[in-house]
Amino acid sequence: MSVHEVLAQMSDVAPTALASAEPAGLLPARQQMALSLGWHIIIACFGVAFPAIIFVMHLRGIRRGDQVALDLAKRWAKVSAVLFAIGAVSGTVLSFEMGLLWPGLMGTFGDVLGLPFAFEGLAFFLEAIFLGIYLYGWGRIPPKRHVLMVLPMAVTGVFGTYCVIAVNAWMNVPTGFRITDGEITDVEPWKVLFNGHAFMQFGHMWVGAYMVTGFAIAGVYAVGMLRGRRDRHHRLGFLVPFAFATIAALAQPFVGHFLGDGLADRQPSKLAAFELAETTGDGPSPLRLGGVLIDGEVKGALDIPYLGSIIAQSSFTEPVPGLDTVPVEDRPPVNITHLAFQTMVGIGLLLMLAVLLYWFMRWRGRDLLDHRWFLRCCATAGPLAAVALEAGWIATEVGRQPWIVYGVMRTAEAVGDYTARLWWVLGGSVLLYGAMTFGAAIVLRSMARRWRRGDSDLPSPYGPELVGTATGKGTDAGEERR
Amino acid sequence: MSLEIAVAAALFVGVIAYAVLGGADFGSGFFDLTAGGSRRGAEVRTLIDRSIGPVWEANHVWLIYVLVTWWTAFPSSFAAAMTTLIVPLLLALIGIVLRGASFAFRKYSETLGQARLFGAVFAISSVLAPFFFGTVAGALASGRVPADGHGDLWSSWLNPTSLFGGVIAVGTCAFLAGTFLTAEAARGGQTRLAERLRVRSLAVGAVTGAVVFAALIPLTADAPTLSDGLTGRAAPLIVLSALGGAATLLLLVRRRYGASRATAVIAVASVVSGWGFGQYPWILVDHTTISDAAGAPATLQGLLVAVGVAAVVVVPALLYLFRLTQSKEWTSGAGH
Repeated sequence: MSVHEVLAQMSDVAPTALASAEPAGLLPARQQMALSLGWHIIIACFGVAFPAIIFVMHLRGIRRGDQVALDLAKRWAKVSAVLFAIGAVSGTVLSFEMGLLWPGLMGTFGDVLGLPFAFEGLAFFLEAIFLGIYLYGWGRIPPKRHVLMVLPMAVTGVFGTYCVIAVNAWMNVPTGFRITDGEITDVEPWKVLFNGHAFMQFGHMWVGAYMVTGFAIAGVYAVGMLRGRRDRHHRLGFLVPFAFATIAALAQPFVGHFLGDGLADRQPSKLAAFELAETTGDGPSPLRLGGVLIDGEVKGALDIPYLGSIIAQSSFTEPVPGLDTVPVEDRPPVNITHLAFQTMVGIGLLLMLAVLLYWFMRWRGRDLLDHRWFLRCCATAGPLAAVALEAGWIATEVGRQPWIVYGVMRTAEAVGDYTARLWWVLGGSVLLYGAMTFGAAIVLRSMARRWRRGDSDLPSPYGPELVGTATGKGTDAGEERR
Repeated sequence: MSLEIAVAAALFVGVIAYAVLGGADFGSGFFDLTAGGSRRGAEVRTLIDRSIGPVWEANHVWLIYVLVTWWTAFPSSFAAAMTTLIVPLLLALIGIVLRGASFAFRKYSETLGQARLFGAVFAISSVLAPFFFGTVAGALASGRVPADGHGDLWSSWLNPTSLFGGVIAVGTCAFLAGTFLTAEAARGGQTRLAERLRVRSLAVGAVTGAVVFAALIPLTADAPTLSDGLTGRAAPLIVLSALGGAATLLLLVRRRYGASRATAVIAVASVVSGWGFGQYPWILVDHTTISDAAGAPATLQGLLVAVGVAAVVVVPALLYLFRLTQSKEWTSGAGH
């Protein structure tokens, strides 16, 4: 008997054996969504934030006749070409998965949550058009007009983010419809697009995108400086994205705090999981650092008295409502949510302190870029910001479980009626995304290597002149210029 | 025209645009695949890279437009199609992902070996994606998607209409790309290359045309509703498509490349429109009509607003991009 047959039999048996247990397709569908969304969100950050950073650098190059800035902008544009391509296709995967994995959600609520996606599509259209114009416009459009072509990308990236986040905010705080006798009625799509929760949640993601992108790009040049490349090119390449990241990192803890305001009313189960509050206390709740919930008992946590109530409830006396206020079947996976939430907050605060330290020391006349330890910190800041972003998404998504639309539709009701064979799709996706990550890493590395050798124009690797001199694999394409 | 028909029309405009514009990009993969070894194919591949590089992402967004409009306007039919056709859709999706990623990777790869690998992936996936989309169209048109979804995972798309749909999709994409690339080569002064592409485009066009009309015969038994529509209401469009295709071949023979591009677009746009008119008023043939599937009226109105905004904002920008790519500065190898 083949593996397929065994699996098919197992999946046929599973529903009866487990009786009312969750559908066989639920866990693989959730993992599939987590993989593809978690992968795309990092690339999407570059789509949102990179154009504005490129614009500032490009504008500087034109205004001041600064060749170093112009070269940087041109190289970044080429990097963004690769990132945008994989971002476009990984975003497409998500569009398909909305229907493939969550037909219950889309079939029932497609016309409720669809309008923001339509406007997001519009934004994506403009982004793709101006990407083509900007990328291929170097040397072909008058410079002063050319630099403006990157601006629509910066604007549409922000607008598109708002639209997508509006849908996620709606899943957290559903609005714009009524349920009468099990039927969805009184659909008000504009209310979904402009739902009250969307703006704060968008702000958190938008600022997060600037942190990921700014720190990641600055980190590339920090590594260069660590390797002894201390020219103006590296300094400028570091400082411009670092300035963006600075503003974002300083704002983010406040934006995040205001986003959390009122969570006790909106999604008490999520707040209880964030705070690892297993029971509702009589007085103020402590802030619980670390720790896990095992068999209803909190273990290994460091409690700081009062702070939990102060932060979550803005009160010295009011306790954080615990999980005991939530029916067992409505509780999210607590430990993942709690640890992911605190990872995000911890990294966010760390990055804020790091940028504060840099600018404070600079104000006092000391440049930390001369210190290797600080450059090493900068090199890790990008990956750390990405981890914080992922942790934040895990916290909010896992924290919303078992609901896909909070209080209205369970994730188990939304998933397609698939067998456990859906795990094979996940396995294939891991391979596909792994290959795409590997390919992108190879290509970006080879671009950097080529630029270091001083080849600013990339050759056409399969162009006639190169093939004429090629002797097989391993040919050094970088030596060829068009 | 009722609200839901207006939205369905707007949705189908997206299908046509994706078939023509996205199709031409996919079709260039066919010419990339058949271009020969690194040395012989270098000229064709450089041309492909230059001509689809600036536009493929914009053209790709038509697919997103179609998906979003579909699930927003006709939610339950979308869910039904996705759950039934998960296999060909996943395969098409793999094609889309590999095509886009490897196209970008090839452009910037460091060695000839890397470029060859990414190039091969780009070319093969460019042929596979339209094939699977064609099978999906065939499944929808031949009534194999039940209204509640979760239809047969295999027979829904492994049937005569779907397989013909897949082959026709690959053929029309290649035909469009052939006329576009031939015209590009001629405009760039690459006469020898244009000659080579011209011969191939003629062959692809003749074969695809023959397959389209051959498909009409099995369709009468396998997809009677569509077949009735194609020979009835949509007959003028099928005739127009035939005329467009024949005119394209004639113009290619006479080396009138600019005009052949226009007639090729007419041929493909009208055969795709023929499908739409042929299966009207069904959205899932024999199971769900457009009116039955329509979502909330307020949402349909909102969608028409979005489409209106797109017509005002996106279309001019898109035309500007296309005009730039056809300008003299962009045709020469300067700059990028």
